[in-house]
Amino acid sequence: MIARALLFALVLLCVPFAHAGEAAPLADDPVAEKRLQALSTELRCLVCQNQTIADSNAELAQDLRREIRGMIQAGQSDQQIIDFMVTRYGDFVLYRPPVKGITLLLWGGPLALLFLGIFALARYLRQRSKRIAGEQPLSAEETQRAETLLKEIEQK
Amino acid sequence: MNRYFWILGAFAGLVALLAVGLNLNPQDVPSPLVGKPAPAFSLNVLATPEKTLGPKDMQGKVWLLNVWASWCVSCRAEHPVLVKFSKDNQVPVIGLSYKEVRGDGEFDMSKLNAEQERKLAFQRASQWLAQHGNPYTDTLMDLDGRVGIDYGVYGVPETYVIDKAGIIRMKQTGPIDPDVLSKKILPLLAELNK
Repeated sequence: MIARALLFALVLLCVPFAHAGEAAPLADDPVAEKRLQALSTELRCLVCQNQTIADSNAELAQDLRREIRGMIQAGQSDQQIIDFMVTRYGDFVLYRPPVKGITLLLWGGPLALLFLGIFALARYLRQRSKRIAGEQPLSAEETQRAETLLKEIEQK
Repeated sequence: MNRYFWILGAFAGLVALLAVGLNLNPQDVPSPLVGKPAPAFSLNVLATPEKTLGPKDMQGKVWLLNVWASWCVSCRAEHPVLVKFSKDNQVPVIGLSYKEVRGDGEFDMSKLNAEQERKLAFQRASQWLAQHGNPYTDTLMDLDGRVGIDYGVYGVPETYVIDKAGIIRMKQTGPIDPDVLSKKILPLLAELNK
């Protein structure tokens, strides 16, 4: 009998905890809600890949928002939450992937292209000015010939 | 002449880059879990709901973890390949029934309590396997998809090859077709089982 009563008490005790496991909406906690917003705009939804977890209505995005809520409630830092996502989905989940070996081309590519463009432009301009400088003005004989030709055209 | 050569070269380079880019599958995101230990879990077994099973129980074996759901259309396409595989091979295939009820979208989850969801999920999964054949050594019930999140599941079906030490060796996102099976999975299994 006592055991049963104890068990009953235990079950009663567990109810609030069981409930806490489910992510309750954080609307009553604006700071946490703001953190959720900020975090989920940094994370890519892998189902519809050009949307953030904040924008996407895909099931997975909803699940991940629920997961982030739970982690915020559990007092985890933003970095811990980001790490949680990266260990599961890889750097691809980040809208701003970290600079490292494999992402070097991604970050450095545009810069490299810019430098390549500047280099090509500078080279072209240098060659062009050399070409212009290299052009000899007409000699006296050539000037005369050109003038007679022009006159011929006028007379016609 | 020289200039045309450069322009043509740059154009050819661009075409090559785009050709490679267009032939990549954007859904095929490399999993960071490959080479890492399979995340631990313990879930109820479909056939024997009072029992639980997890990666720990599979230590010492090379096995496949196949994530599926009855509402998943590509899973149906993949299923015959798995059924045949399970008949031809001694490699255990563990099924992970992923969000069987709440993933379907046909149910208003606010009207189902946990017990109702559980019952429905077990019933639907068993029925589907009875209908389409059961390639699984055991099927584990991931009702809320939490284990799926630990495994980085983002599109069912997905399949993981896990070695004797419990390390994930390969992940296949999307259905296994006979080509992937014979060219990638079977050679890998043979190597791991050596």
